[in-house]
Amino acid sequence: MSEEKYIPKSKIGQWFDSRLPLLSLMHHLRDYPTPKNLNYWWTFGAILTFCLIAQIITGLVLAMHYVAHADLAFESVEHIMRNVNYGWLIRYFHANGSSMFFLAVYIHIFRALFYGSYKSPREMIWILGMLIYILMMATAFMGYVLPWGQMSFWAATVITNLFSAIPFIGESIVTWLWGGYSVDSPMLTRFYSLHYLLPFLIFALVILHIWALHIPGNNNPVGIDIKQPSKDTVPFSPYIAVKDLYALIIFLIITAGFVFFAPNILSHPDNYIKANPLVTPTHIVPEWYLLPFYAILRAVPSKLGGVIVMFASLFILMFLPWLDTSKVRSAVFKPLSKLFFWVLVIDVVILGYIGANPPEGLYLLIGRVATIYYFLHFILVLPVLGYKEKTIPLPISISDPVLGGQPNISTTRSREDIKEKQHD
Amino acid sequence: MINKLKIFFVILIFLFSSGLKASEKKTPFIDTNWNFKGIFGKFDRGELRRGYQVYSEVCSGCHSISQLSYRNLYEKGGPEFSIENVKQIAASFDVLDGPNSDGEMFTRPGRLPDKFVDPYPNIESAIAANGGAYPPDMSVLAKARKDGPAYIYSLLQGYVEPPKGYELDEGVYYNKYMDGNQIKMPNVLFDDLVEYEDGTKATTEQMAKDVSNFLMWAAEPNLEERHKLGFRVILYLIILALLVYFSMNRLWSRIESKK
Amino acid sequence: MSSSYLILTTIIIFLLIFLYISWIFISNEIENKKETGERRDFLYTASYALGAVGLGAAVWPLVDQMNPDASVKALSTTEVDISNIDVGKSITVLWRGKPVFIRRRTQEEIIESQNTKLTELKDPQKDQDRVKKPEWLVMLGVCTHLGCVPLGGKGDYKGWFCPCHGSHYDKSGRIRKGPAPTNLPIPKYEFVDNNTIKIG
Repeated sequence: MSEEKYIPKSKIGQWFDSRLPLLSLMHHLRDYPTPKNLNYWWTFGAILTFCLIAQIITGLVLAMHYVAHADLAFESVEHIMRNVNYGWLIRYFHANGSSMFFLAVYIHIFRALFYGSYKSPREMIWILGMLIYILMMATAFMGYVLPWGQMSFWAATVITNLFSAIPFIGESIVTWLWGGYSVDSPMLTRFYSLHYLLPFLIFALVILHIWALHIPGNNNPVGIDIKQPSKDTVPFSPYIAVKDLYALIIFLIITAGFVFFAPNILSHPDNYIKANPLVTPTHIVPEWYLLPFYAILRAVPSKLGGVIVMFASLFILMFLPWLDTSKVRSAVFKPLSKLFFWVLVIDVVILGYIGANPPEGLYLLIGRVATIYYFLHFILVLPVLGYKEKTIPLPISISDPVLGGQPNISTTRSREDIKEKQHD
Repeated sequence: MINKLKIFFVILIFLFSSGLKASEKKTPFIDTNWNFKGIFGKFDRGELRRGYQVYSEVCSGCHSISQLSYRNLYEKGGPEFSIENVKQIAASFDVLDGPNSDGEMFTRPGRLPDKFVDPYPNIESAIAANGGAYPPDMSVLAKARKDGPAYIYSLLQGYVEPPKGYELDEGVYYNKYMDGNQIKMPNVLFDDLVEYEDGTKATTEQMAKDVSNFLMWAAEPNLEERHKLGFRVILYLIILALLVYFSMNRLWSRIESKK
Repeated sequence: MSSSYLILTTIIIFLLIFLYISWIFISNEIENKKETGERRDFLYTASYALGAVGLGAAVWPLVDQMNPDASVKALSTTEVDISNIDVGKSITVLWRGKPVFIRRRTQEEIIESQNTKLTELKDPQKDQDRVKKPEWLVMLGVCTHLGCVPLGGKGDYKGWFCPCHGSHYDKSGRIRKGPAPTNLPIPKYEFVDNNTIKIG
């Protein structure tokens, strides 16, 4: 990055900074040149950072009152809800916070998909992001088990049983996960331990994610490379910071709406029934944010196949930077990609809807079609589109008119051409 | 063109979902207005007090409510009985305590901090005494069913004659609102079953509504505080959002003017 | 609740520190303003102030959750049956998680305690001020030094002796020798009837 080297003004500052460049880091974060045309879809990075920290803090507090034992977990949650000062607020914030966290992460991911933020040179950001996403799902799932309601218990049973699909050693792996012959206290305790650990791993990955972001700098809605700093950028603080803050407050209003006025609407009523190993709920559904994967799992008629396809649906995303062959990043300039982007969004929504319903008849059929399309999108549509699609001409810089104005290059140009143009 | 396609897809999804939904037939719950619903929703003290009366005289024979303590009955946001009243209520229960210095368990009259005493010593005896079905604990029952209060309210009034040709299993009753229409619990509410202290006429509908309200409170004792705090928090956030919005505009106007 | 105010004050101090740090963080922006001749704006100040208030309010539930909860507060009284205690014997009961010594004293103990000269005491207090009925001594069994439980009938004064750091208490539970600064404290209690004490 073409930033000037920062030297603290005071002697103490210089002494400190030459030994631990914390001040330089602060300075970098403050002055970090950010494209000035970032829209509100770009504020979700900051919102997610807030979500993670808020979840860690509220979780830390809940851990002070929660008891991880099959006989006491459900009661201890009720104790938090009824007796602990503001316990209800903290618990509802934590529970709904996880949903809002996923809502934000899905917007963040789809924003990256739309604007091609995963494309070179930002592959590492994308891969780290995917690792964070996978860890988030693991953490959320384990957290959901902790209240030890019916859904907790049976979700834990079903998901841990996925591992029994592994040939030969599957059964012993499941026994090992359970620490017994069924889902019970030993598993609850280890899930609690891991649920406490994983957020800090996520936090570490988030630091790497941001580090990797600050090497090439932010992508932007136009998707072209920009010189940093230049007239196309603004310092992060205060311009982008205040925009992020504004978006965060709006996000908090929605969160508060859930927490205070519909705290249980996103969770399943069955989880207010204490876990009972003798009775399975009529249909088990995971939390809404895992539904698309649940639908994919059930779309495949074989046990092992379902597990493989479900994990494949996650891991295929890791290879996205190389599956998308297009030279243009932003879908703004790719009409067909834009269309297929929305098809993918709808496909995932359909998968989520199917995941919430029993796998029978029409549901199953739609689920299978949607699953097939999901994979086709990444394996077939993206690579072919990259070669075939005729893109709209790109502007040279952000300050130039983008859409609606007169494009100043009449032919389609690849990124490299534009780079050259910029250096002229 | 893309927008039209989007609209087309959205319509398609709605058609699908409504078409799929229509296949599930379920009797809609009886509609009534709930005082606790809405942004400023609060419980009606009268309903909660009468609801407690119904619970204690009718339900508590079989259903436990073990997460609640007697003290909850006078705490703010609940039925708000007087503290003397609640002490009497608590003292009317025998609480198992101990062991004493001789190592014996003993019973003593209940006190305010005690949890509500269960009608049965354990789940197994509750199941045995009720023909193989466990009368669910009522502490969070209103949250443990979809649309809980309306469900309880409707279920209590849902005992009707089974339709012609319907085969009812041994020892169960027909209920319109129960999943699968078969329920182990007999119809318990009849007009004037209880005599309300405040003189309200104890119709079945009234008792069902009162006890549903009471159970909603039992499941969400902080509901009133939650609504009150929530209103303030959101109001605060909106004002803050406006301030930050205008600050942001002022800041960014510098950038825009430079261009 | 004095502890709550203490905590609140701490929060406010932390908030001020936080504000100061954020001030440094945005200081370059203020420098810019000076350059352009812009004056500091009411809008920014109001945003900061309101934001700080909200942050403080949001921190409070996270702090308050560690205070005793409703079920703990409700348990603050214990009733004890004292009909089975013989003269010269004592029992220990649990009140708010702490031991309470209830001793039915002999006549000699009472007279000895009442006749102790106040000048001999480290923390002068008359025996009469420490009991409601001379026969019954009710006190918290927690050494005022560092919170250990003293042993009965031990020590130089045959009252109580704390094994942790060697504090000697007399037959009225008053500190006579050792590091403890004050007498064993008397909890709030009352005689419900002749056979029952309500502590708390």
